[in-house]
Amino acid sequence: MTGAISDLSENTFDEEIGSATEPVLVDFWAEWCGPCKMITPILEEIAVEQEGALRVAKVNVDDAPDLARRFEVMSIPTLILFSNGQPATRIVGAKGKPQLLEELAPHL
Amino acid sequence: MSHHQVIIIGSGPAGLTAAIYTARADLAPLVIEGEPSSDSDQPGGQLMLTTEVENFPGFPEGVMGPQLMTDMRSQATRFGAEIVTAKVSRVDFSERPFSIWIGNPEMTEPTHTADTVIVSTGARSVMLGLEAEQRLIGHGLSTCATCDGFFFRDQEIAVVGGGDSALEEAGFLTKFASKVTIVHRRDELRASKIMQNRAFDNPKIEFLWNTIVDDILGESKVEGLAVRDTLTGEARTLAVTGVFIAIGHRPNTDLFADQLDMDEAGYLVTGADRSTTNIEGVFACGDVQDHTYRQAITAAASGCMAAIDAERWLESSSD
Repeated sequence: MTGAISDLSENTFDEEIGSATEPVLVDFWAEWCGPCKMITPILEEIAVEQEGALRVAKVNVDDAPDLARRFEVMSIPTLILFSNGQPATRIVGAKGKPQLLEELAPHL
Repeated sequence: MSHHQVIIIGSGPAGLTAAIYTARADLAPLVIEGEPSSDSDQPGGQLMLTTEVENFPGFPEGVMGPQLMTDMRSQATRFGAEIVTAKVSRVDFSERPFSIWIGNPEMTEPTHTADTVIVSTGARSVMLGLEAEQRLIGHGLSTCATCDGFFFRDQEIAVVGGGDSALEEAGFLTKFASKVTIVHRRDELRASKIMQNRAFDNPKIEFLWNTIVDDILGESKVEGLAVRDTLTGEARTLAVTGVFIAIGHRPNTDLFADQLDMDEAGYLVTGADRSTTNIEGVFACGDVQDHTYRQAITAAASGCMAAIDAERWLESSSD
């Protein structure tokens, strides 16, 4: 599916991030987090618009607490951009689309 | 550029109530709702960061803050209010129609013009103003207990403040934390009696009275809170891994500097028992002009007043 946001689990995370040919923006989120819900439509738009340059994936911290711990996520939403399998930048807190794109631009 | 009869800036209970009323009056309001953020300056406003709202009439079992705001938003769009997710970057109220910019404020042409503007930009939570806050936000320092409480399971944390929001956050955080210390600079609370009693009865909550925060400790994550007793001057460190700040709010009025009258705290000044401002055709409602009540229900009520004031003003100015 084009521009789709994939769900990463503790089992699939390393494989998917490691094998990606483009940078992957991972959204650490949870069902009970209001600001996380606010940015979901923005991430969906970015996934479609940046297709080919960027992939978007999400990690539910309720289902994958070990991943949250491993990347020291202590606040959600946290967005981590992985480039060549390594964290390249981290955006903490919900932001508007213009600001998100501005913070991601240097890494794309 | 698009022209509207009514533009509403802000989308908390005040702005959305104004939207419901002006939409039902066939004024096709445009609501500029703000942009997502993790503090209260976001679409839906302060209620987006709360959990259970127990004092909004009509919900005997209570209602979740974000749900209440989602419902108010749907109610506004149902009657034809148009909502854009964006932040206003500049306003010009010096001539009519009024001009409003979104995005680059330097553009010569405004994004929208309006016959009347209803300002309902609300208030946002105040931080302590420490350098450490920039470094540690998201790394143990939080402005959103509902977002981040989860990460402090079985840990000891501190809540700074003494009002309803401080006690609500502290109560919520005891679901996760092993101990919550409320650090308050006075020896009594501003919070409502019911919230106070709940906090006093909660075995996981401890109070540190007459205490101010000197610093938040830790390089890459919160490792402690440096506090000082205001009576004895004694300084000490609280060993906490999380700090939640709930010391009060400041109105979001920077946009209107030199255009709308404000009091010394930055709240917009409105006419007695009215929503009028110093500029004819510009109305204000909700927390942006209310430093007394600051409740969801009073914000909604004043949003209704602003809508009716705006509607009557439009009628009288078109005669």
